[in-house]
This record gives sequence, C-alpha cells and structure tokens, in this order.
Amino acid sequence: MKRFEPFAIALFAALLAVAPLFLNTYQVDVLNSIGLYALLALSLNLILGEAGLFNMGHAAFYAIGAYTAAILNTRYQVPILWTLPLSGLIAGLFALAVARPVVHLRGDYLLIVTIGVGEIVRIALVNDVFGLTGGANGIFGISRPKLFGFVIRQPQEFYYLIWGFVALTIFLFLRIKRSRFGRALNYLREDEVAAEGSGINTDYYKLAAFGLGAAWAGMAGTLFAAKMTIISPESFSFWESVVLFMIVILGGAGSIAGILLAAFLVIGLPELFREFAGARMLVFGLVMMVMMVVRPQGLLPARGR
Amino acid sequence: MEEFIQQLTNGLAVGGIYALIALGYTMVYGVLKLINFAHGDLFTYGAYLGLTLLTSLALTDRLGFVLGIAVLVLMVMGLAAVLGAILERAAYRPLRESPRLSAVVSALGASIFLQNTLMLIYGARFQVYPDDILPTATLNFFGLYLPLMRVLIVLASVVMMAALYLFIQKTRIGTAIRAAAIDQSAARLMGIDVNRVILLVFLVGPALGGVAGLMVGLYYGQVNFTMGWIYGMKAFTAAILGGIGNIPGAMVGGLLLGVIEAMGAAYISIAWKDAIAFCVLILILIVRPTGLLGERVADKI
Repeated sequence: MKRFEPFAIALFAALLAVAPLFLNTYQVDVLNSIGLYALLALSLNLILGEAGLFNMGHAAFYAIGAYTAAILNTRYQVPILWTLPLSGLIAGLFALAVARPVVHLRGDYLLIVTIGVGEIVRIALVNDVFGLTGGANGIFGISRPKLFGFVIRQPQEFYYLIWGFVALTIFLFLRIKRSRFGRALNYLREDEVAAEGSGINTDYYKLAAFGLGAAWAGMAGTLFAAKMTIISPESFSFWESVVLFMIVILGGAGSIAGILLAAFLVIGLPELFREFAGARMLVFGLVMMVMMVVRPQGLLPARGR
Repeated sequence: MEEFIQQLTNGLAVGGIYALIALGYTMVYGVLKLINFAHGDLFTYGAYLGLTLLTSLALTDRLGFVLGIAVLVLMVMGLAAVLGAILERAAYRPLRESPRLSAVVSALGASIFLQNTLMLIYGARFQVYPDDILPTATLNFFGLYLPLMRVLIVLASVVMMAALYLFIQKTRIGTAIRAAAIDQSAARLMGIDVNRVILLVFLVGPALGGVAGLMVGLYYGQVNFTMGWIYGMKAFTAAILGGIGNIPGAMVGGLLLGVIEAMGAAYISIAWKDAIAFCVLILILIVRPTGLLGERVADKI
C-alpha cells in the first residue's frame, strides 16, 4: 500500500493540473470552492487536528483576512495579492490576542468561547465597526488580482491561483508536521499533562498553532475576496465554521490527504445532488452522528510514525 | 425610571426563559460532562409543537384560556421529553465511552439534523402564533403598565424553577441525580442506576426547554427554525455564568443574563445585543470559569 502512495499522489496532482482543460466553467468554479475550503480546512487542521484545540470560530479569522484585503484594496488601492501578507498578519495577531486569555480552557469550553468570538466578529462586521466594513451589505468593487501584469479573471485562471496556493500550503504544512514544532503540537493533543511534564511550553505552542492557523485562514480570506469581488458578513457565519470543523473531523484530524478528500465530499457532493439541496445539512448532521459511532478517526486517518 | 422598570421586567421574562433552557444544559453537563448542543433545538421543537397543537386542536377555544394553555404546556413538555430521550438514545449513549471530541461532534450533528428536519417540515420562514388567542391586556401596578403575558411568563418560569429545585433537593430521585453528578462510579456503587438517572435528566431538561420554546412563541408571537441556536448559546452562557452543573446557578445566571442583555440593548446599543451575551460568556470564562455559584473543583490530572 505504502509503495503505491507516491504514484497515487502524482496521479492526483496531474489530474488536478489538467482538469480545467476538460471541464466547463461551472465545474471549474466548484473546484475553486473546493480548493478554498481545502485551504481553510488545512489551516484549521493545524489548530484542531494537530494541536487538538477545539476551534469553532475559524470563520472569524477567515473574515478578518478577507475584510483586511478588501478594505486595503478598495480604500487604498493596494493590489489585492499584495495584501496577502498583511491579511495573514492581522488575522494571526487577532487570533493571538483573543486566544491568549482563553487558550488554557478545557476542550469544550474553548469550543464555546471560539463560537462566541466568531459571532462577535460577525456582529461587528454587520454593525459596520469603525465605519470600515460596510455593514450588512459588505464591501464591493474589489479589484481583480494581477500576477506579473496578467489580470486573473476567468474561473480557469483562478483555479491555478487557488490550487497553486493549496499545493504550497500542503508542502509547507507537511514540513511543519514533520518538524519539532509539529511533534510538539501532536504531543499536546495526545497528552497535555505529559507534554508539559516533558518541558513543552504548552501555552506557547497552543498560541503558535492558533496564530499560524488563523494567519493561513486570513490569506485564504484574501483569495476569497479576490475571487468574489464582493464580500459580506453572511459569508462568514457560524455555519462556515461548522462546515470547516466537519471537513477536518470527517477527513481525519491531522491527515492532509483525508482533509482534501473530505473537502471534495462535503463541498463537491452537494453540487452533484442539487435537487436535494434542502436536505444537504440534514444529511451532514446524520453523517456526523453516524461517523462518530462507526469511524470516529475519520475517513483517512493520519498514520502514526 | 418607567423605562428602567420596563426593561427590567422584560429582562426578567427573557431571563426566565434562558434559565429554563439553561437548566437542561446544566443538568446534562452535571451528569455526563457533555455540552448537549442539540438542547437548543429541542427548545425550538417545543415552540413549533406548541404552535401546531395550539392551532390544530384549538385548545383555548374548547377549554378556555387558562386550562387550554395548561394542557398545552403539559403536552409540549411530554413530547419534548420523549424527543430528549430519543436524542440521548440515538446520539449520546453509543458514545458514552468515547473521547470527548466524538461526543461533541455527535451533539453538533444531532443539532444540525434536528434543525433541518424542522425546516423541511415547516419551511424556512418565520411561523406566526395566532394573535387572537393570546391576552393582550396590560396590568396596572401603581401606575406602571406591564403586559399580562410578560408577568405570566416570569411567574411561570419561577414556579417551574422552584418545582425543579424542590424535586432535586427533596426527593430520592433528585438525590440520585445529584449523587451521579458528583461521582458517577461512586453513585453506581451505592446502588444508583446511573443509566436511569441519565435518561431522567434527558427527560426533565428537554421538557423545561420545550416549555421555554412555547413561552418564546407566546411572548414574541413568532418562531423560526434556527432560533434554538442563539437561545441555546445564551442559555449556555447563563449556565456558565451561574456555574455549570449547578442547578440554582442556572436559574440565577439565566435571570441575570436576561437583565444584563435587556439593559445593554436599552442603554448601550440594540444592534450589539447578541454580542453582549457572548462578551459576558468570554469574560466569565476568563475571570471566574467556575461561575458565580460554582464551587472550586480541583482539576483532575
């Protein structure tokens, strides 16, 4: 099984690389959504999957990245892709600031607090906080991204931007996973007391996971803003956080391949069954309950090393 | 002053509703150490069941207002309790020995499932309670005019809380619930059937939550299939505010949160009303995670 893995990965990457040539615009657009969700779920995975911190307010960090990019772009005419580092930085700093006082809380308390943070951010956006966010209508007229003088406009062009970023993310996150830092996070997830006893500064690593995951979500927010050209608070509701949480858990916490698979299933499958769109969330709920009994470790669980 | 008292009584009415829901959270948390995310949706079911029974059976026409509403309350309580027991059986019992995360995910799944079932049955729009059934009279207290419905809601929630308090404190079954909350395995050794206690908690909690849903329907006149989420979050905040696992704490926390929210909406900003409750939640978890009435429990290592 392990022997065939490199081939499977190469095949998957090759298929993704040529996919837009064979698909229509709508299908490519669905793949773009899948890519964005995969990106967000991978960033959440750092917090929830690797470090085992129950974060159900991930949409807040995503929103802050998207709004930072949109505000910089529409008010100060900063090219949208140039805002990437700054949106990441601001989302990351925000996560550090809110996580600092609560990061020591036990599992489900942290879950509730992060839900609260997510809601406060959404309400702040709706209420046009600092007069910057445009209230319930959001911000429109975000300019198209430009890469080396080439304006990215078509879904096919966005496809390569988004999935290129996904590929970069997977490469970097795999390095993190295999590093000393990644091992420390895993140790935290498995046994916090033992980790602390072995000299791991638990608060430091938890905050680092939060900051890094949020920064990545913020950059995904920038890509989202660039793709949509309009953003509004309803794109960052509690349910977005739930869907991301679900992708990580269904795929297998800590497993990059599992998360990609789950992103395809959770975002892609409903597009195939559009006539049952109303029952989509119902099925999700049922799947979550059944999965926890039948296969709590996820579809493609991470392997121990 | 008039404005202040209006807000205070309104806060108490909403707070009573929060307290009734919070009792369900706190009882389940006490016994199972699990946040029952689907509890807010059982509350919504209470509101919808109440609406359906009220309009289809025409209870108030046949039995008169007081008796009709009393019968309605009992029916909603019974049905919500049955739903709670089914929920426990389907979503939580198979995961009793699983890690925390599994139970949390299953609870969320159950919540999403219940909410969307309701949406598929009734549709996504707001459902309106018939306004010709409800009393619109106002009572005059020394020159202060309070809506009758508001007074009734405060009274009803206080009566139910008192009844629950007596049940928990004075009866053998109540003692068993308290014992199972303190130490499940020791309670089992003392001959308490913990499974029955858990089932009981899932009957009583949803029954109170269901009535709270009915009250929201009667008080505001309209209900929505997603309302359980925001009410659930606030009731959970109330439970934490009072000290999770602590039954009088949930009552105090609910009333307090209702008043804080009403005052915040009136004197700070109505647009930030929902954010106020979440700020209270975060503050209490930072400053005093055991809540106002919670005892300090040493963390088990």
